[in-house]
Amino acid sequence: MSRSPTASAALGREALSGFVHARDNGTAELHLAVENMHCAGCLSRIEGALRDLAGVAQARANLSTSRVRVSFDPRRIAPDALIEAVAGLGYRVAPFDPHLLGEAGRAEERDLLISLAVAGFAAGNVMLLSVAVWAGSDMGPATRGMFHWISALVALPAVAYAGRPFFRAAWAALKGGGLNMEVPISLAVILAAGMSLYETFSAGQHTYFDAAVSLLFFLLLGRYLDRRARGRANAAAEQLLLLGAVAAEVLLPGGGRQRVPVSQIKPGTRVHVAPGDRVPVDGMIAAGRSQLDASLVSGESLPCEVGPGVPVFAGTLNLSSPIEVTVTAAGDGTLLAEIVRLMEAAEQGRARYVRLADRIARIYAPVVHLLAAATFLGWLLAVDATWQTALLNAIAVLIVTCPCALGLAVPAVQVVASGALLRRGVLLKSGDGLERLAAVDTVVFDKTGTLTLGRPELQDSAAHPPEILKLAASIAAASRHPLARALSRAGGPTTSLDGVMETPGMGLQASVHGRRVRLGNRRWCGTDGGGTTTGPELWLAVEGEEPHRFRFTDRLRADAAEVIGGLRRRGLEVELISGDREASVRALADTVGIARWRAEATPADKVARLAELAAAGARPLMVGDGLNDAPALAAAYASISPAEASDVSRTAADLVFQGDDLAPVLSAYDTAATAARLVRQNFAVAFLYNVAAVPLAVAGLLTPLIAAIAMSASSLMVTGNALRLGLAGQKGVRWKR
Amino acid sequence: MEALSYLIPAALLLGLGGLGAFLWALRSGQFEDLDGAPHRILLDDDAPPDEQP
Repeated sequence: MSRSPTASAALGREALSGFVHARDNGTAELHLAVENMHCAGCLSRIEGALRDLAGVAQARANLSTSRVRVSFDPRRIAPDALIEAVAGLGYRVAPFDPHLLGEAGRAEERDLLISLAVAGFAAGNVMLLSVAVWAGSDMGPATRGMFHWISALVALPAVAYAGRPFFRAAWAALKGGGLNMEVPISLAVILAAGMSLYETFSAGQHTYFDAAVSLLFFLLLGRYLDRRARGRANAAAEQLLLLGAVAAEVLLPGGGRQRVPVSQIKPGTRVHVAPGDRVPVDGMIAAGRSQLDASLVSGESLPCEVGPGVPVFAGTLNLSSPIEVTVTAAGDGTLLAEIVRLMEAAEQGRARYVRLADRIARIYAPVVHLLAAATFLGWLLAVDATWQTALLNAIAVLIVTCPCALGLAVPAVQVVASGALLRRGVLLKSGDGLERLAAVDTVVFDKTGTLTLGRPELQDSAAHPPEILKLAASIAAASRHPLARALSRAGGPTTSLDGVMETPGMGLQASVHGRRVRLGNRRWCGTDGGGTTTGPELWLAVEGEEPHRFRFTDRLRADAAEVIGGLRRRGLEVELISGDREASVRALADTVGIARWRAEATPADKVARLAELAAAGARPLMVGDGLNDAPALAAAYASISPAEASDVSRTAADLVFQGDDLAPVLSAYDTAATAARLVRQNFAVAFLYNVAAVPLAVAGLLTPLIAAIAMSASSLMVTGNALRLGLAGQKGVRWKR
Repeated sequence: MEALSYLIPAALLLGLGGLGAFLWALRSGQFEDLDGAPHRILLDDDAPPDEQP
């Protein structure tokens, strides 16, 4: 990951001024990246909060990119007040400079869309005229000539404009001394347009204007779909970079606090961490007691109690009360940064993957050129035709072999597959992820948060008397502690009690009908618990009654064993590798039926295991969620992570699935396998069409009519074949969400 | 045959009109937030329509 444009996202005015762009009418504009904005409610809350500020002219939130554009009067309101307003709603937010960020990609996508529109317009109109020429056998040469001239008038500018993406890429390849799919495309389009112009001048019978523009149209369609799929994946990665550049609240020696970007913090500084915030640095607790949720860093799902002198790591979440941390490492020195580095290194390896379509193009392009050249020479030398006839036939070969269906074969399937996956709660993030997923032969699972839900759930909730559970839940609703939240989930919808007091590290207290009720640890409720603790627990003590115990456990995903069995039946090896203790990993592996497992693995161990598998010729799929899994996700041949995973893991993964079930992993694999089969069928269709049409072209029998029909028919067949995937998805088993 | 003298220009002009409308929509930001648009109809605030970039 390169340094992000917001690396200096200091929330001070000086640093912010770099992100504020002045407009002509005296207003200024600020762009903000916002985390977790995905509903209509978020849109209106964020826009509303900003518009309510005095001095804000407009605020427009974009749900697709999770970003907000604000224009405001810089004399009336400071940019940091805008950021505070959004942050105050509970969203993580960072300013960014849109000119530095991904603009090239967006501009390219837009350019493709405009080119597509132009090609579509031209194809429609030229086809209209061409059909008239083919159908009008009694058409006089004068009318035909006029139709050809009008076609030329529409097609030539359209080819010049809409062909640019291909011409540029072809030129770049030729300059580099190589060949790519764009070279035969450009050659075919330019030669077809040029030859048709010559035919029009010499009042010839056949022109190929319609072939040239509809070729461009179909190819641009495939190109645009492909580009969009990649753009989405990139946007997700950018968003993470933006939000990763957070500020820390530094305690100044003379008293007071100041927000400073993490990159500028020196070891030895004292940092304040409010409850609900992530610890931004590695350090040692200097003051305060609290509970930390380290699940993203270590995979340990239960919060741990911390006090002065305990080391803490960047990325852990402070749950209950404010703490002060003495910094030992910040920015690049943190465990978090180390994990990101491991991940980058792993990703370099994956970048070497070459997509199927590109591999085919490498063989296809030279063959096409040789075939066209052979046709030209053959007609010229062997048949002793005029150079015009020879050239015309060579162009016909180029047109007919032009990879129209080939260009649509992959993107069409990709689009339908990602739609089918989305309906099942799986988000496809990388363009070639599906292709790689279809080829895996080993599945490596993480434990906490992947095979399990990664959050404590109440054990035997039916065994508790309903009124006690209800009372406990109504008290628990006041707290953010994971155990209290699990309790209030188990108790069903209740109204939370008024006047609940929380003592950090101990528990909650409330008054019900004049009696003191406590919910918390055993010390808080005044009991010795009658034995040892076997896991996380909460006690409920009503004044004058015996305390009641609630036990919690990190529950296995309900269908984990079933899904693992399903993967086995599909011939995949299944492994478990976890950072957790041996006893709990062993127990879980036995329950779900995984024979090969490993416990207490560090992030580097996980990467090493994947490298080992790869060295042995296996293609591993990694399924994991924690920060400690991120490098392994990046190193694996393909990767999936749950939607609750850490940001870094979600970014590293090819696919992200939602919900409490593991079934999406299985259905993602099935969809990928089906998609791979359809892609191969599509290539077969495209090749069959070539095999049938090329001899006609070489023999000089290919009329524009046959070329147009063959081209459209093969493109439609390929698209129709891709749509079958969506139909199969609807008929198949519906996984409950 | 003389019908062609106005039918062909009419066809071309209609096509150009469609192309122009699409380009206008693209430039005015109608395609900027395809995920947000279906959500916006659910909002009942009567905020003034936003000026486009």
